[in-house]
Amino acid sequence: MAIVAQSSKFSSYGRPVLAWGVGLLFFFPIFWMVLTSFKTDADAVKPEYLFFFTPTLDNYLNMTDNYDYWRFARNSVITSVSATLFTLFVSVPAAYAMAFNPTRATKDVLMWMLSTKMLPAAAVLYPMIFLAKGIGLYDTHILIITVLSLINLPIAIWMLFTYFKEIPKDIIEAGKMDGVNTWGEIKEILVPLAWGGIASTALLIFIFCWNEAYWTVRLTTIDAATLSKLIEGNRAPEGLFFGRLSAVSTAAVGPIVVLGWFCQKQLVQGLTFGAVK
Amino acid sequence: MGQIVLDKVSKSFGDVEVIPPLDLTIEDGEFTVFVGPSGCGKSTLLRMIAGLEDLTSGAIAIDGEDVTEVPPSKRGLAMVFQSYALYPHMTVRKNIGFPLRMEKMDQAEIDKRVETAATSLNLMDYLDRKPGQLSGGQRQRVAIGRAIVRDPSAFLFDEPLSNLDAALRVGMRLEISEMHERMQTTMIYVTHDQVEAMTMANKIVVLQAGVIEQVGSPLDLYHKPQNVFVAGFIGSPKMNIFTGPEAEKQGAHTIGIRPEHTDVSMTEGTWKGTVGVAEHLGSDTFIHVHNTGLADMVTVRISGDISVKHGDDIYLTPQPDQIHRFDAQGLRIE
Ligand SMILES: Nc1ncnc2c1ncn2[C@@H]1O[C@H](COP(=O)(O)OP(=O)(O)OP(=O)(O)O)[C@@H](O)[C@H]1O
Ligand SMILES: [Mg+2]
Repeated sequence: MAIVAQSSKFSSYGRPVLAWGVGLLFFFPIFWMVLTSFKTDADAVKPEYLFFFTPTLDNYLNMTDNYDYWRFARNSVITSVSATLFTLFVSVPAAYAMAFNPTRATKDVLMWMLSTKMLPAAAVLYPMIFLAKGIGLYDTHILIITVLSLINLPIAIWMLFTYFKEIPKDIIEAGKMDGVNTWGEIKEILVPLAWGGIASTALLIFIFCWNEAYWTVRLTTIDAATLSKLIEGNRAPEGLFFGRLSAVSTAAVGPIVVLGWFCQKQLVQGLTFGAVK
Repeated sequence: MGQIVLDKVSKSFGDVEVIPPLDLTIEDGEFTVFVGPSGCGKSTLLRMIAGLEDLTSGAIAIDGEDVTEVPPSKRGLAMVFQSYALYPHMTVRKNIGFPLRMEKMDQAEIDKRVETAATSLNLMDYLDRKPGQLSGGQRQRVAIGRAIVRDPSAFLFDEPLSNLDAALRVGMRLEISEMHERMQTTMIYVTHDQVEAMTMANKIVVLQAGVIEQVGSPLDLYHKPQNVFVAGFIGSPKMNIFTGPEAEKQGAHTIGIRPEHTDVSMTEGTWKGTVGVAEHLGSDTFIHVHNTGLADMVTVRISGDISVKHGDDIYLTPQPDQIHRFDAQGLRIE
């Protein structure tokens, strides 16, 4: 009896408290960043203005004055959207082939793709930079889109492969018998059936592209520079511009946080798909 | 049209040869049943005809045209799967119309054909439901509907009834047989249920371990099984098969006698035994007889009722012209 009462007390009070606690802990840095973005650079480092200060919009206003936030944002959108689309364009057929027409090498190919993620990015940094400059693509959208696609392909293929595996083979075969060609199988049967999985894969890849910094910072200067580059450009060793930095960061992560918020359900569903089944 | 010829067709999965080279001709309009124990390669053979499985060697021709390299979508065959394999995201109407839409048929014509098929399959009330909202039997009908709308040159069925309950199975069996009578289209039907095979087929192909044991009409197989395997496989209850002195008396290594070809008496007969269990089906009674010295158990089938009880002495007399004789290789002796 006592145990039952205790456990129900835990689930009605303890669990929400715990959940809120963990949630706030994770949310705190974001909150802090947003808060700081409304302080002047001078106030930002003064402990007495920790919570109580005169809020200012200057950081945000200066942002569009001093440097063209919208250009960075546009580059981020162009590269992230294009890279996501291109990644899907390649990974959907690839995962389809591996899920429904596996060969003896399929497992090895999957492992090999995963293993490319184990290579430290820094190891290929200079070759990449020389290569990009050599073929004249340094600081171009096409380069960034290619790089973002390449680094995300393994994950996309793995995720999609897992979703496609859940579709009964019979249904694809029924399609073949009903006169569908390979492209039709993908369009008429696979995509509608795996829609949820494809959407969450797309969403995740988009977020990864948007947040990518290692390559976008190093392979761009101006023309193809994304929001990651903008944040990086506002970094100062002395930490003098905390307010400005926070504003830029907030403006950079803002869109993705909003997107993530609206697609919460989709994301959670997508990421736990395999686990629930 | 729908004549299908298999020419030295074989299949291996890796190093395992599942089907050794095999020849078979299925005539246009024939209802052919592939029957055999689980794992004997029935589905594999059917899937090779469908094009869903590559041949390891040999060739397949449909209406005289070599289709060995032709993809399934271009062979003009329709298939009904054991799992039904309906498209879960489409309504019944869309499911049935799907093959027609893939042929780029006119929408009005599609609607007409779907309605005709749905009417004949009693699906009119369910056209706007998704497969998930249907019972097993209804799903089965949709799968059949999807196959018939497009007038295929042949139908392929892979154990289509095995997920249905017994009563529904009998009903659907009749419907498929009737469909065949009406359309006279070639049908190939895979089952491991020999009752389905016997009742539906024009021609039965008995398979064991990928090898064709016998091809023939149901009554051929029943009256003249070519070997011990077919003798034991076709017929219900199973034929009594035994070796030993009684067989040698008949000049054979093995003899078989069907339960229904054995006369029973309480007083005299060729073989004496004791009653084990008597199963009363009303119209028939199956008596399982022990201690005959022939086999562990001999089953006899007599029409109507008979009052025997466990432990009674009983005498069995085989009808002499119904004894099947086989040599040491298990092959029939005429
Ligand atoms: N993709 C495959 N890879 C390897 N072996 C396979 C494959 N498909 C089938 N087999 C093997 O081939 C043999 C024949 O299989 P098949 O499915 O044709 O049997 P079946 O007669 O249809 O049996 P059931 O009545 O149980 O459906 C089996 O031994 C099976 O293990
Ligand atoms: Mg099978």
